[in-house]
Amino acid sequence: MEKQLLLGDEAIALGAIHAGLSGVYAYPGTPSTEITEFIQNHPEARKRGIRSRWCTNEKTAMEAALGMSYAGKRALVCMKHVGMNVCADAFVNSAITGVNGGLVVLAADDPSMHSSQNEQDSRFYGKFALIPIFEPSNQQECYDMMQVAFALSERIKEPILLRIVTRLAHSRAAVETGRQHEQNAFSPSTDQWVLLPGIARRKYAALLEKQGAMEEEAEKSAFNKMEKNGNGQLGILACGIAYNYVKETIGQEGNILKVSQYPLPQAQIQQLASENEAILVVEDGQPVAEQDVKAMLGTGYKVWGRLTGHLPRTGELTPDNVATALGKEQKAAFTPAKNLAARPPQLCQGCGHRDVYGALRQIIEEMPDARVFGDIGCYTLGALPPFKALSSCVDMGASITMAKGAADAGLRPAIAVIGDSTFTHSGMTGLLDAINDNTPITVIISDNLTTGMTGGQDSAGLNKYEAICLGLGMDPEHLHVVTPLPKNIPAIAALIRKEIAYEGVSVIIPRRECIQTAARHARERKANKAN
Amino acid sequence: MKKDIILCGVGGQGILSIATIIGQAATQAGIYLKQAEVHGMSQRGGDVQSHLRLSTEPIWSDLIPIASADVIISMEPMESLRYLEYLSPEGTVVTGSVPFVNIPNYPDETALQSELDALPHVVKNDIEAVAKDCNGARGANMVLLGMAAPHIGILSVEQLREAIKVVFARKGEAVVEANLRCFDSPTHVS
Repeated sequence: MEKQLLLGDEAIALGAIHAGLSGVYAYPGTPSTEITEFIQNHPEARKRGIRSRWCTNEKTAMEAALGMSYAGKRALVCMKHVGMNVCADAFVNSAITGVNGGLVVLAADDPSMHSSQNEQDSRFYGKFALIPIFEPSNQQECYDMMQVAFALSERIKEPILLRIVTRLAHSRAAVETGRQHEQNAFSPSTDQWVLLPGIARRKYAALLEKQGAMEEEAEKSAFNKMEKNGNGQLGILACGIAYNYVKETIGQEGNILKVSQYPLPQAQIQQLASENEAILVVEDGQPVAEQDVKAMLGTGYKVWGRLTGHLPRTGELTPDNVATALGKEQKAAFTPAKNLAARPPQLCQGCGHRDVYGALRQIIEEMPDARVFGDIGCYTLGALPPFKALSSCVDMGASITMAKGAADAGLRPAIAVIGDSTFTHSGMTGLLDAINDNTPITVIISDNLTTGMTGGQDSAGLNKYEAICLGLGMDPEHLHVVTPLPKNIPAIAALIRKEIAYEGVSVIIPRRECIQTAARHARERKANKAN
Repeated sequence: MKKDIILCGVGGQGILSIATIIGQAATQAGIYLKQAEVHGMSQRGGDVQSHLRLSTEPIWSDLIPIASADVIISMEPMESLRYLEYLSPEGTVVTGSVPFVNIPNYPDETALQSELDALPHVVKNDIEAVAKDCNGARGANMVLLGMAAPHIGILSVEQLREAIKVVFARKGEAVVEANLRCFDSPTHVS
């Protein structure tokens, strides 16, 4: 046994390597990114030949992992919570096909939206797909659960959803490591995975039949446990990291049912209910367990949580809001400081996106009817002062398609701004729609040669953007590449003006390397020279 | 024994290096540690903070409860005030004294400094200037760690020095020495 200081993300990554992983498939997204990066950089992963390159999006990742599972090997898919929406088709159907090699799907939720546009709870997806969910409470469980999850996946022949939240993903603690599992041998499935209606009906029935076994697994899981040190007034159901906040508040006291493996262990919940007058459900994210426990126990029994106002309806749990829910008085604190100003994140000084917005700002000032539809990335910060250039930012790829729909309704000029990595993730198909309709939109693919916001990961379409656009049918007359530098802003603005006047699809690609990755590449070159 | 520390500053100022060094020292000393970091968008010149918990007993929550932090260690005066509600009434603020102004509405500096000075336990200094004297350039974060070291308590100054050597070892002897000079810089004005 060896002790290492690891982020929750890193503990998952190392746990997966030690559990005999053969491939990780992922698209970067906070707070999940560090899992794949850890595997990419780990010598043991290289030695074992674990496949770890970034994927184009979460759907391609999910499907490739399912393919690896089909071939008999253990695969991991990692994404932030909203990535689950992108891969949902493949994810839900992977429960119908079932798996061969162990398959674990990792969703990192972001309650309080530290770096996200919503706080959806991925446990809904696990319930929806009718598969087991693991929810670690600490870094050690992150590591330990990987072995258990892969083994369970192979035993019941279903994918497993592993759900974490930001505060676990990005918090470090000592983790004991050491147990190693061999990688699976290549042994493709001989089962039928063709989801034609007749086969799908049979497979869906088989999935429903497995529900009892999944519940039994949760009832006897070592990750779920009952602590009986209370007086019978209040039972506490604590899911995942909520358990830590409960323990921080009441220490060794209390009747607590810790839940880290789903489906919810019904027998244990019934027992908790029979031994206490009310149950407080403490869970990070949305009131998933609270609703289920309420339904399980009926209207006569008191179930408290986020829906009853005992805990806040939105935002992440903290030791403080949990202490309040448990009736503890808050300690007297200093009053908040008066001389404070918000310090929001900003586009880096010298960033090429700045020059793109410099040009766009001119257009918006000249044409008040112009609307700029934004997308997900560093360049979303173009919505903030001093640029104030964006009208929307909804989901990966929505810039092009929303501009198209608005243009269809008569909006002129309709401009889309999308980054290079977001374009290959989910923008290309929308551009094809626009080209096929010859919709009058101007698309700016702001190409910084990397996936910038999440820390400079490889961009799937590197050096292929003109070819992709032409391949989709772009008229070369209206496809332009420019260099976003302050001195070029007037020329870029003039080009945008010209293309806005064209009643068809135009694509402008401002291309300059992200200054963060450029600096990193310079350091790497210097280090290589020194060696 | 238990020490709860809030580390804060502006993205890029080097607070995660401070956290790494304290983490290394804690691991070496065999005490428990939890450290919640901020990654992602907030690193683009926005405010960043880390909750660092050290204890001789197991630690539950990754986050520090309100009014419980023993020390706030901040690279910058306004950021040190942002987390004031986390400071215990007996707690100490250790901060760089020179504002980092990258926003148009940075508060009035005189008012800010007097609000800071009104707190019961404050240690502040121009950490960039001290680093420059010691080192010629970078290392303000190590000056700050040196100022904070006596208040961390659960780890000795010597244990922190050793951790600096380990963490910077791969960058070469010169970098280790420069960082130790900053850490050891004696003039910590309060």
